[in-house]
Amino acid sequence: MGLTITEKIFSAHCKKECRAGDVVMAPVDGAMIHDITGPLAINVMKEMGGGSVFDPKKVIMLFDHQIPADSISAAENHVMMRTFAREQGIYNYDIKEGVCHQVVPEKGRVKPGDIVVGSDSHTCAYGALGAFSTGIGSTDMAYVLKFGELYFRVPDTIQINANGKFQNRVGPKDLILTLAGDIGADGATYRALEFCGNAFSDMDIPGRMTCANMAIEMGAKAGIVPPDEKTWEYLRGRTDCTPFSLASDEDAVFFEKRNYDVSKINPKIAVPHNVDNVVDVTEVAGKSIDQVFIGSCTNGRYEDFVEAAEVLGDNVFSEDVRVIMVPASKAEYMKVLKAGLIEKFVEAGALVEAPCCGPCMGGAFGILAPGEVSLSTSNRNFRGRQGSTESFVYLSSPATAAASAVTGVITDPRRV
Amino acid sequence: MGRAWKFGDDIDTDAIIPGRFLTIYDPKELASHAFEGTRKEFAAEAKDGDVIVAGRNFGCGSSREHAPLALKGAGIGFVVAKSFARIFYRNAINTGVLPLVCPDTDKIADGAEVFVNLKEAYIEVNKKQYPLEPIPVFMMRIVEAGGLVEYAKMRGNK
Repeated sequence: MGLTITEKIFSAHCKKECRAGDVVMAPVDGAMIHDITGPLAINVMKEMGGGSVFDPKKVIMLFDHQIPADSISAAENHVMMRTFAREQGIYNYDIKEGVCHQVVPEKGRVKPGDIVVGSDSHTCAYGALGAFSTGIGSTDMAYVLKFGELYFRVPDTIQINANGKFQNRVGPKDLILTLAGDIGADGATYRALEFCGNAFSDMDIPGRMTCANMAIEMGAKAGIVPPDEKTWEYLRGRTDCTPFSLASDEDAVFFEKRNYDVSKINPKIAVPHNVDNVVDVTEVAGKSIDQVFIGSCTNGRYEDFVEAAEVLGDNVFSEDVRVIMVPASKAEYMKVLKAGLIEKFVEAGALVEAPCCGPCMGGAFGILAPGEVSLSTSNRNFRGRQGSTESFVYLSSPATAAASAVTGVITDPRRV
Repeated sequence: MGRAWKFGDDIDTDAIIPGRFLTIYDPKELASHAFEGTRKEFAAEAKDGDVIVAGRNFGCGSSREHAPLALKGAGIGFVVAKSFARIFYRNAINTGVLPLVCPDTDKIADGAEVFVNLKEAYIEVNKKQYPLEPIPVFMMRIVEAGGLVEYAKMRGNK
């Protein structure tokens, strides 16, 4: 009986055959901490007896949620983490490089076949490069920092076979929202999602990152795209690795297989207050909005801003909408800048902020007042996520967000 | 024995502790903001030994361990739910707020007195017993050690 990608990755790390359901202690290739969950992990590691981290080269540290520090307590947390990094010999990307889930792949800190953990739930994003990556809490992270390994239950796999060609102005975000709607917020709990079919092999790495990022929105432990030529091309120059084959065996046992024809997918939107409340944009078109946010680890890449710019065209953004744009990393910011898009967006009425998580978590800025409505390209629309518990967050693709920012109401991007 | 705080399905980590409080990590201080905005009386009225009783997918969302810590700070020893989100489940075990899976939580009313019998794996409400799913063996090892910190200390001293 064959193995899934996930089973193969765990088997290779544990040096024995690992099957779904097995509980194993596995070594990790990378451990990421940021400014929100990092301080707690460091404190707990000290409670565990302190000492040195397992391998400073495998620990990735950066600040992205509350940067530049927006409160004294955030500033104190930053100081504490910087001190820890210095003491331990960990390279700290600090506030300079951007959002963790963009920076980790971009800096070549993750490779196909790796096991990477991060104290952030969207760590599953690195599955876009064929890694098994998953979000963990701070105490689990403290254990990893100390020992370099962690308990895992090897998950079952749900294989998603998506084929066909997207309609114009429909893309990866609409596909992953479709999946969230179908599978449900807990439909993949304790499972891995494997993304296969030509829709994924045709998709660029940023699109794959959007999809893998949101695996957690179905409760999944990981979302994995089998590595291919595009993966190795992305990694070239970022990290040393020789291409190898990594795919599920034909006779591997899957929990479930689901098939999608992406040409039939319309622009989607998740309506408040659950990520799986997914409808066609046409069903809520015309709803007025107060704020549009284009950014986050889900949709803050250059390609997302190019799409937004195409939809914007020669228009300006509606006077009635605050448009906040935040490229996900310094590198993405520079691409957007050099392409002249920042000038275009600012002229059209947007605020373009320096790389960070922005309004996604309701931490630093862009907070919503009671009664306000936000359309966001981020990954969560939980009640109170971006401010008041009486506010409303809708989730969409960058194309839908840009179209809606132009008209001031939720708008089908195919109609602009 | 404690009072049941009843919640529905898909209670997310933003509801348990909103993002703006995540620079805090003292459990008591976090507890003063627990369910702020969704259940305002919780922070003031929750007492040591109270129990959260919820539906499906409790703790979905963020990996923020501030969520179980806020509950711990409020005196919550157990969360009884039909199911848990994966990261919350582990975080709860690690921080010592035990997540207990019980398919019958619909039958338990808000404010009911709940008695948890871990050893025999049931909860008792109004003299009726509802079975709990056992905590997985590998998780139980951590619980028995007194949490992951104590487990790590044992290992670190070997």
